[in-house]
Amino acid sequence: MRKFLASAEFLAGTAGSAVLFSGAAAHADQPRAWEVSFQDPATDMMRQIERFGNYTMWFIVPITVLVLVLLLVCIVRFRASANPVPSRTSHNTLIEVIWTVGPVIVLLLIAIPSFQLLTAQYTPPEEAKLTVKATGNQWNWDYEYQVDKTFSFNSAVLQDGDRAKAGKQDRNLYPRLLAVDNELVVPVNTTTRVLITATDVIHSFAVPSFGIKMDAVPGRTNETWFKAEKEGLYYGQCSQLCGKDHAFMPIAVRVVSDAQFKTWLETAKTDVPAANKALMAEIDGTNKVAAAGN
Amino acid sequence: MAEAAAHDHGDHRPHGWVRWVYSTNHKDIGTLYLIFAIMAGVIGGALSVAIRLELQEPGIQIFSGLAQMVYGMQGDAAIDGGKSMYNAFGAAHGLIMIFFMVMPALIGGFANWMVPIMIGAPDMAFPRMNNISFWLLPPAFILLLSSMFVPSAPGAFGVGGGWTIYPPLSTSGQPGPAMDLAILSIHIAGASSILGAINFITTIFNMRAPGMTLHKMPLFAWAVLITAFLLLLSLPVLAGGITMLLTDRNFGTAFFVPDQGGDPLLFQHLFWFFGHPEVYILILPGFGIISHIVSTFSKKPVFGYLGMAYAMVAIGAVGFIVWAHHMYTTGLSLDTQRYFVFATMVIAVPTGVKIFSWIATMWGGSISFKPPMLWALGFIFLFTIGGVTGVQLANAGLDRSLHDTYFVIAHFHYVLSLGAVFAIFAGWYYWFPKMTGYMYSPVIANTHFWVTFVGVNLIFFPQHFLGLAGMPRRTVDYPDAFAGWNMISSYGSYIAAVGVAIFLYGVFEAFQKKRVAGANPWGEGATTLEWQLPSPPPFHQWEQLPKIK
Repeated sequence: MRKFLASAEFLAGTAGSAVLFSGAAAHADQPRAWEVSFQDPATDMMRQIERFGNYTMWFIVPITVLVLVLLLVCIVRFRASANPVPSRTSHNTLIEVIWTVGPVIVLLLIAIPSFQLLTAQYTPPEEAKLTVKATGNQWNWDYEYQVDKTFSFNSAVLQDGDRAKAGKQDRNLYPRLLAVDNELVVPVNTTTRVLITATDVIHSFAVPSFGIKMDAVPGRTNETWFKAEKEGLYYGQCSQLCGKDHAFMPIAVRVVSDAQFKTWLETAKTDVPAANKALMAEIDGTNKVAAAGN
Repeated sequence: MAEAAAHDHGDHRPHGWVRWVYSTNHKDIGTLYLIFAIMAGVIGGALSVAIRLELQEPGIQIFSGLAQMVYGMQGDAAIDGGKSMYNAFGAAHGLIMIFFMVMPALIGGFANWMVPIMIGAPDMAFPRMNNISFWLLPPAFILLLSSMFVPSAPGAFGVGGGWTIYPPLSTSGQPGPAMDLAILSIHIAGASSILGAINFITTIFNMRAPGMTLHKMPLFAWAVLITAFLLLLSLPVLAGGITMLLTDRNFGTAFFVPDQGGDPLLFQHLFWFFGHPEVYILILPGFGIISHIVSTFSKKPVFGYLGMAYAMVAIGAVGFIVWAHHMYTTGLSLDTQRYFVFATMVIAVPTGVKIFSWIATMWGGSISFKPPMLWALGFIFLFTIGGVTGVQLANAGLDRSLHDTYFVIAHFHYVLSLGAVFAIFAGWYYWFPKMTGYMYSPVIANTHFWVTFVGVNLIFFPQHFLGLAGMPRRTVDYPDAFAGWNMISSYGSYIAAVGVAIFLYGVFEAFQKKRVAGANPWGEGATTLEWQLPSPPPFHQWEQLPKIK
């Protein structure tokens, strides 16, 4: 249903203009209006989280409905006008055992896949091929690529005034408060290790569609990993109150093909803005070709 | 003659301001606590409505103007000041609702009033300590309120670190005196609660009427006893934590300063070692109240009394060993997370026992839907919703996606705002006739319930969706995609505010109309000792101790 709504909205939004960003827009993952569930998973880990979340719903919804139905039955059957003489029952060992053991079984059924999920989150399927270090500052992120020649750049929220210069006028692809000046660029289908720390106060590095969230604590280096499956732009926000501009330090990850990443990396080692510009031009070009071919 | 004079002296009733300020009478002190809680609740509620006003639409609309009005800031400074003010409102809302509304209402108010009466005691064990417990609260509250008007970070006023005041944001992040005032405020409020807890434990252990064994004691007294132990054991840890915060801020210590060998996460462990029992401190007295009300209006004894009592003991005990489930994303080791997942899930079992026992109490009963019962029914259902989302959040793997999002806000408001607060209103409508001697208008009370029920569900149910979609908590502005549910949530908050106005009008109306309630307006189902006294009870009750069969 949600996907249907989203695609209807997408069609309406692009009907008037040339279908320039169709490929990229379909791959960008960000919150959508009136969303009632998780963002679309972009990693296998997030798919597992979503699956487990849905699995818990199979227990908690029936339990809630059971409580509601029992309450309604009490309200209807045992209202004073329908049942003027109350019973005096105040003990029933069997039923007390049942409603103690029943929840224990339910919890065990939840706990087993829960522990599996938790373990999977700390067990990357393979050694990471790329390591980036994300450092939270009030109120932006530094990304350091730990490759043969280490380099780093700053990533801050995109100011409206800078949209034209950055070529990021499309507010669907570069939404307010989510878009940044310099995205974290990573290759697709590559296990990427993220080392996370902070310089001033605690921040939190979170990308919902990747299923990751890890606090950036000054004086510590935390670690998480992800393996994005689809090229595109993915957004998250700082998820630990860090002061005045906590709402204004988004996280944007641009997942690109291996070839695009290699090209970008070579240029970025010396000139990040130029590398980003070239990368965006190439992605736009690919999309135009794709749109023309449709 | 001498005897008569002595008797007169014993029955001496102070009048005027002396009666209240010097009060050693548990009922008067309870009344003071309730009035205090209502005032704090109105202020804390107003802060939350301001927050919802800001979040009704994307962008910053309200707080820049507020910063302009209150702090006299202009232009960009007003926008920055507004962002900080939003954070200060969030922190103050949390601290006020916890320390100055729910705790004073349930423990200081209802427990002070009813526990001595219920256990057949003439008063609390330490009446003068009871007085100081209350009178520590107003200065604490004034300190917290005044912190909102003194500098914190450069260009900002008020504590902007959330109610959890994590360092380094609460130390190097906010060098101004606002945080010191707040720390002092929490210290004093904590001291007040510790004194109160000592008083309740002593009273309940030593002053029960002849024949009232612990296993015959009403469940509300059980709940307060357990709550008092939680307070006594957890608050000193908080006091230690915030003292370290204070010395880090002012005296050059480095408990939480990483580059001098400290650890910011140490504070989180200390804070949540208090913070998790604290949420049970907020809800356990409510559990007790709900048990009484369900039993009274079903005209049946509580089902599984011993199970109910020991379920609360279990919740209180396990509540102490689950704190780090608030810290799944801080970088805890895998085994640590596994343990806290397991321990947290265990709590669902005794909580389930309570929910089902309340339903079983109703089952076969003869239920009348008076206002207290309406609130109790609302409590049971809404607390269940908050409980099951708690089971989801207990799973660290799933919490990875939900932590620090609006899903958590929705969860803890379902158990506290729709749990503890519904229990407070249930208790209010249950005992109001006993405490004042007047009966309120049931029509107004029912309207209050339905308006509040609709309002709070509109506020908090959509926040589950926002959290799932990834909206982080504690942000003054949000990406435009979150606008829809935020608008609904804000409208809900205005409806709930109307509910508060109806509540206040109902109180006013009851005192104006002076409908005499009588000793026991609830009939045969109301069996605890308070209903054997006239309404309002005499200034000193149980001069002849009641005998419990």
